[in-house]
Amino acid sequence: MSDLITLTIDGVEVSVAKGTRIADAAKRIGNDIPVFCHHPKLEPVGMCRMCLVEVGLPVRDRATGALLTNADGSPQLNFGRGLQTACTIQVSEGMVVRTATEPVLEARKSVIEFLLTSHPLDCPICDKGGECPLQNLTMAHGVGQSRMHFGDKLKLDKHVPLGDLIYLDRERCIQCARCIRFQEEVVDDPVIRFHNRGRSLEIVTLSDPGFDSVWSGNTTDICPVGALTTADFRFGARPWELTPVASICPHCPVGCNTTMSTRREAMANGRTVIKRIMPRQNEAVNEIWICDKGRFVHHFADHANRLTQPLIRQNGKLVETSWGEALDFVAGKLQIDAHMVAGLAGARLSNEDLFAFQRLFRDGLKSQNIDLAKRRLAGGDVAAQVGLSSGSNLKDLGKGDAILVVASDLHDEAPVWWLRVKQAAERGATLVVANARATRLDAFAAFSLHYEAGQALATVNQLVSMAKVETDTAVTNDIVSAAEALFKAENLVIFYGSEGLAYDETDALAKLLGNLLLIENGHKHAGRVNNGLVPVWPHNNTQGAWDMGVHPAYAPGYKPVKEAGLDATAVYAAVANGDLKALYIAGADPVGDGLMPDRGKLDFLVVQELFLTDTAVLADVVLPAQSWAEREGTFTTGERRVQRYYPAIPVVGQSRPDWQILAQIGERVGLGKPAFAASLTFKDVARIVPQYKGMDYRTLAQVEKQWPDVGGEDLYYGGNAYENRSGLGQQWPVTAEKSAVAHFDVPTVKTGRKDGLQMMWTAVLYAPGTLVDCSDVIAPRKAQPVAALHGTDAARLAVADGDWVEVMVNGTAVQVTVRVDDRAPVGLVLVAGVPWWPGTAVADLKKIVAAALAVN
Amino acid sequence: MFGMIAELAKGMGITLKHFFQPPVTTQYPEVKRPVRNRFKGRHELKRYDNGLERCIGCSLCAAACPADAIFVEAAENTDDERYSPGERFARVYEINMLRCIFCGYCEDACPTQAIVLEHNYELSFYDRQSAIYTKDMLIVDVPVNGRPTPQVVEPGVFTKAIPMMENPE
Ligand code: SF4
Ligand code: SF4
Ligand code: SF4
Ligand code: SF4
Ligand code: FES
Repeated sequence: MSDLITLTIDGVEVSVAKGTRIADAAKRIGNDIPVFCHHPKLEPVGMCRMCLVEVGLPVRDRATGALLTNADGSPQLNFGRGLQTACTIQVSEGMVVRTATEPVLEARKSVIEFLLTSHPLDCPICDKGGECPLQNLTMAHGVGQSRMHFGDKLKLDKHVPLGDLIYLDRERCIQCARCIRFQEEVVDDPVIRFHNRGRSLEIVTLSDPGFDSVWSGNTTDICPVGALTTADFRFGARPWELTPVASICPHCPVGCNTTMSTRREAMANGRTVIKRIMPRQNEAVNEIWICDKGRFVHHFADHANRLTQPLIRQNGKLVETSWGEALDFVAGKLQIDAHMVAGLAGARLSNEDLFAFQRLFRDGLKSQNIDLAKRRLAGGDVAAQVGLSSGSNLKDLGKGDAILVVASDLHDEAPVWWLRVKQAAERGATLVVANARATRLDAFAAFSLHYEAGQALATVNQLVSMAKVETDTAVTNDIVSAAEALFKAENLVIFYGSEGLAYDETDALAKLLGNLLLIENGHKHAGRVNNGLVPVWPHNNTQGAWDMGVHPAYAPGYKPVKEAGLDATAVYAAVANGDLKALYIAGADPVGDGLMPDRGKLDFLVVQELFLTDTAVLADVVLPAQSWAEREGTFTTGERRVQRYYPAIPVVGQSRPDWQILAQIGERVGLGKPAFAASLTFKDVARIVPQYKGMDYRTLAQVEKQWPDVGGEDLYYGGNAYENRSGLGQQWPVTAEKSAVAHFDVPTVKTGRKDGLQMMWTAVLYAPGTLVDCSDVIAPRKAQPVAALHGTDAARLAVADGDWVEVMVNGTAVQVTVRVDDRAPVGLVLVAGVPWWPGTAVADLKKIVAAALAVN
Repeated sequence: MFGMIAELAKGMGITLKHFFQPPVTTQYPEVKRPVRNRFKGRHELKRYDNGLERCIGCSLCAAACPADAIFVEAAENTDDERYSPGERFARVYEINMLRCIFCGYCEDACPTQAIVLEHNYELSFYDRQSAIYTKDMLIVDVPVNGRPTPQVVEPGVFTKAIPMMENPE
């Protein structure tokens, strides 16, 4: 940035970017001008007057425009008549700011005194007490003596549920509107608002259910007082009693950096428990935000149903056994003909686990039959070549750049990506969205391409081929204009998902989009910073699974294997027909997910899990694994950033980390001594996976100073996000950054779609499942099974809003409620809150007539 | 030499004098000496006259304690199940008497004068576990006109956790 502006604050010169506010500029040189309503992530409003300073501007001669000087040669300054708000005024060249003069200090005193006229002063019971900007600034700038009569204070409601998750204490609110502005400006969920004026002003929610936003928890962080509290943490502990432990959110491929605040608790029998989860600043990943899933869905880690001991089947029943016995037994049973054994993993496991998993199968059992249990999205191999380049930051995208989002609903699949894409569009990036249905991103898109179900590839193909040739300006429709915008873009980031697509289709889609990035247009996109492909993976570490070679055709580091093994689909078929004898499942529940009906003709089934899932009850041996909160490890985000998480709570029962269990079985099949620690397993990863070369637990833990500075020890952003002291992670470079990448051959895909009304699975954030089900706070928000369809389709099928219908999902009948919603495309039923299935299916809705309803 | 004998006799004289004085040994535990008013003995958790607990579970005593002897875990009051005025009460309150150095900082820190070091000094235990005094042991009996906690109370009455501060002159 060349637009640097130099100003002087209390005699110290500082140069900052044009457009910076005085308060933020002062922060750069460690001058904390107190603020309440101001927040560097929000637009300034100047509502609280806490930041008043004296601002002097150089005086110019009216006629000539030349700067006037005093007799001693110093520039003449005009300080105006009063104090000005440092949070709203942008810096200008030669500006002189005074923050420590008598009038400024006097003004601060008055503002604090004014704010406290009706503050309840219940710091001792306030959840913010101890990390409260109002407390801190009162201590620093307040008068210490009140002139007000306490009886005159307003008495307001202290227990106002704004929704199921957030409570408002009206007495504590200082009316800074940070919460409202966050919801409106940052996340575009304007569901809370000021109501009334003056002393009767209060915050109300406009939505039903109340405070209906997946971002609501963030308002409790940025609220400068304890007016907003979460249902999860309310009265849970005092902030100074908490131990912060750095972690990574285990729910989606964004990989938000979080901090778990833990504390020993008598109610948990003296165990250390997670009291709350808050964002940890990483400006390249989640900035200072997390979604409510990341914040509230952690209770599974400590749930009473967790497996605590290895189980083994005896006389048809699962009984407890010792680790030694269980491991010996498993190792013995797996050493059969390599073609008869297979392993399926879940993509929630860490890189270390997944690496140990493939090592057990490839090196130990000599079998290539390994895959992810749920094959939803292909293209890891494409992303390894043309993925988002290392050093990229979605925050850098803006005017002149373009973002393409295909077949994904980022808002529910990867909320923070949605937020960052939306913000890039607001900064001027051209957003193109292609999907079979409308999503929340459409509102920010320059072009929304809605294709018919099954036409995804054709549409993208058209887009790509148009972007390839200089488009004929005579024909203008959305596709043409969108292609042109993509073609012209300086930087191009592409997100793609699997909505409505079968696995083969996602593979072709990834390659098509890879080719789009490889188009020569003066500059090629692939390989340049802030360009590349981002797969919207279904799980948090699907990227890591690809990198670690949990794939029938790729060894770690995308090395093709000589003879590919069975993929998951083939494994399920082989289970049914008896071609497979032994199956090892780690961190996945194919039976519960409807991918595998039963254990078929398997001789031996091992399940390594947190809970006794539908698959685990069928197993011969169940091995209890540790959750991410009890152990350390690394996850790799969809942007290929390898990030480290740390142990926060004590181990549950006798459970062991997944990598250790796998290595201990490996030891019994001849793979040598298991590593002592996750960090050593990661050393092996870095040795064998070329992309991870040079990484280790120390480099992943490196940090650097981040701006805006909000999480530190400072007075006025206390209780915001946590400062990142435990690692910003490392993004691994794609092939295109180092060498030329050839165009991808796009396979032709036969989908075999049948005609008729189609139905498509859509993602919802709080989808029912083991993890979400364990979290009582989120229970009211849990997604219910619904089928949304257009009014015309509903009329044709004679179903109405609220009816119950039965649909076939993966061969099982599932009951869902009908929601007539004209945002659903005609001819396509959108089903959510049920197990996933690939592609689209013919919607065969059978109306269920409840007996009670049938009477009248 | 003579002087030495004189000194010796003086010393013996004192001994002899005390020999005829009444003994000062107190026959503890049969006989107990009263303590001074400011004596800091075993803590008590106080109640208001209506029986509500003064303690609001704020943990400030635990924060002030130099020996890390206090453990507080809070929970939320409702009008149907009210322990203390305001929203917060101590669900768990424990003092480890082996750690406590009876400095009284907890008493100073308490915003509701809930924790008070009283005059009981008879603290002895056979094991470490019984040195941990729980809330049941620390809390005083319900006053004559009060009701035990939790109480069912009229909504909207006990909204203030902390007693009103003194108004400025
Ligand atoms: S609730 Fe908090 S963030 Fe919202 S206006 Fe009040 S003080 Fe500000
Ligand atoms: S956006 Fe994804 S990674 Fe971030 S908190 Fe939400 S679920 Fe977790
Ligand atoms: S008297 Fe002192 S040492 Fe004992 S509990 Fe109170 S603060 Fe702690
Ligand atoms: S005894 Fe006093 S200081 Fe300690 S938790 Fe109770 S109210 Fe707070
Ligand atoms: S007016 Fe500047 S911080 Fe509120």
